Amino acid sequence: MSTPFPLDTAIAPPAPAPVVARRAQAPVAKAPEAVKAAVDAKPLSSRHAALRAFLRNPAAMAGVVLLVFMLVLALFAPLLYPGDPLDMVAPPLLWPGQDAAYPLGSDSLGRDVIAGIAHGARVSLAVGVVAATLSLLIGVLVGATAGYFGGRIDDVLVRITELFQTMPSFLFVIVVVAIGQPSVPVIVFAIGLASWPVIARLVRAEFRALRETEFVLAARSQGFGHARIIFQEILPNALPPVIVTTSVLVASAILIESALSFLGMGDPNAVSWGSMIGQGRELLRTAWFLTALPGAAIVLTVLALNLVGDGLNDAFNPRLRGR
Amino acid sequence: MNLRSASRTLARTAWQAVPTVIGVILLNFVLMQWIPGDAADVVAAESGSATAESMAQLRSHFGLDLPVLHQLAAYLNNLVHFSLGTSPRYNMPVVSLIGARLGNTLLLMVTALAFALAIGIAVGTVMAIRVGRWQDRTLSVLALLLYSTPGFWLGLMAIVLFSVHLGWLPTGGSESIGAGYTGWTHVVDVARHLVLPALAMSGFYIAIFSRLTRAAMLEVTRQDFVRTAEAKGLHPWTVNLRHVLRNALIPVTTVAGMHFGTLLGGAVVVETVFSWPGLGRLAFDSVAGRDYTVLLGVLLMSSLLVIVANMLVDLLHAWLDPRIQVR
Repeated sequence: MSTPFPLDTAIAPPAPAPVVARRAQAPVAKAPEAVKAAVDAKPLSSRHAALRAFLRNPAAMAGVVLLVFMLVLALFAPLLYPGDPLDMVAPPLLWPGQDAAYPLGSDSLGRDVIAGIAHGARVSLAVGVVAATLSLLIGVLVGATAGYFGGRIDDVLVRITELFQTMPSFLFVIVVVAIGQPSVPVIVFAIGLASWPVIARLVRAEFRALRETEFVLAARSQGFGHARIIFQEILPNALPPVIVTTSVLVASAILIESALSFLGMGDPNAVSWGSMIGQGRELLRTAWFLTALPGAAIVLTVLALNLVGDGLNDAFNPRLRGR
Repeated sequence: MNLRSASRTLARTAWQAVPTVIGVILLNFVLMQWIPGDAADVVAAESGSATAESMAQLRSHFGLDLPVLHQLAAYLNNLVHFSLGTSPRYNMPVVSLIGARLGNTLLLMVTALAFALAIGIAVGTVMAIRVGRWQDRTLSVLALLLYSTPGFWLGLMAIVLFSVHLGWLPTGGSESIGAGYTGWTHVVDVARHLVLPALAMSGFYIAIFSRLTRAAMLEVTRQDFVRTAEAKGLHPWTVNLRHVLRNALIPVTTVAGMHFGTLLGGAVVVETVFSWPGLGRLAFDSVAGRDYTVLLGVLLMSSLLVIVANMLVDLLHAWLDPRIQVR
């Protein structure tokens, strides 16, 4: 999927200033504490400013509210709508509003639509978050290694990233799920495996820009190991664009999962919004609300994530703020 | 751009694509090894009865009892001879199965991409010119909404509105079956079947291209050559279209190329919604029939298609901006 700011990644990061000049003034003589303070001070304060900008953005706040609503619905679904949402509880094909006990109607088998949507939120959000976490892990590891070490390692990892970007990711997910089993863990694995290249490219670009900066030289001059420099020094500074992309990653994982279960390749034992649309589709002519309602739930959730992503992007890129 | 520099660009990008092609083929082979059961199982299941001896015979016939490296060599040898194996289900070579569907999918994708680029660039241009005003804000909200909508759901809702309620357009298929249209009426018939699936597929990309065009135009607007063009006294429309938009198109085409693969993936779902007889449907049917030879053939072919599309985008870049040179 796309990053919310393809332009920023398309434009080359600012070329690092001549390294030789910087090395001369590298703060070797300073006390370690002072170096550490200098390292941390700037990103922290700019991060506070970013948070403030985010909280003042009405669109982003609308996204947060919507997202919290969906999370609460997912968390409390077993309390609000106890029992298996796949059970037949109502007369079949009630229209929304026809019976107050089933406000969003029932499907052809008499299953409560609103219970399905609430329980579907659990599957959709869980798949989205876990799959995004998996691709975040792979992407950060690959991108950080490639960007930090460069050279031959970089060449190989970039090739692998390109390979995964070349294959149509949805087809790849279908192949992996078809080879494995249509269960939630396999689906999460497949989506995570298909969507890490975006993160890897982003992290690599950040690491390439940051590895020649003064604070990294300072860390090197103190004799820190590679792992410590990568994870404790560079990574925290490379995170803002990654955080922005994460919300888009979750959104796209939710979309992929819904398409998969719409095709009937989802977990047969779990209700998900996609599978509800797939079953409602057979009655599209007569009872179109069975297709429309779960779809609206997908749109609202993904919209919320995209609003949050846009808000984070504006907050972390003050240059673009107010556009 | 003359023919010679075009062919040089093409040769360079083709050379750069070689490792990716090798990688795709290797990954395809690895996936093939992971599949539970093998071709002998499939054939045995199709025939309904098999003994251990006949299974062993089948395995040695297909070369499945050979070491993995020998199987890889056989697979590569097949690929060199443009063979992707035979589908046990259709009892046809996978290449001809794919060939029969490829045209339909390409027609759908090219139409969807054309819709997305035309509408997206137009909307993005309007947003950039009217930045900050109500037109910009309304269109931004609409774009974000489209960006969040799954294409298959958009398609289903379009069927409800345009086919079921209004009765304007057909609900599925690629032509009226049995109507026997020829010539112009046939073209119109196919076009009518094409509109809804293409629109459903393009929704997401309309959103992407409009947002991107807007951002790129705002970026370009601040550059010196635009101020020069304005200072020369050029009409604002000329400045916007000839100077700003042309330069803003470079990131748009890059992203269009990047999303070609996603578009192909989306075709699987949209083709299923509209029963469009394309590659995506073939992939979906082969999942249902556990026909992995076809499935992996489709994955390989569509990856190669993406590589070709990226080469074309490189060519387009060289034409849009002659400064883009060998990297």
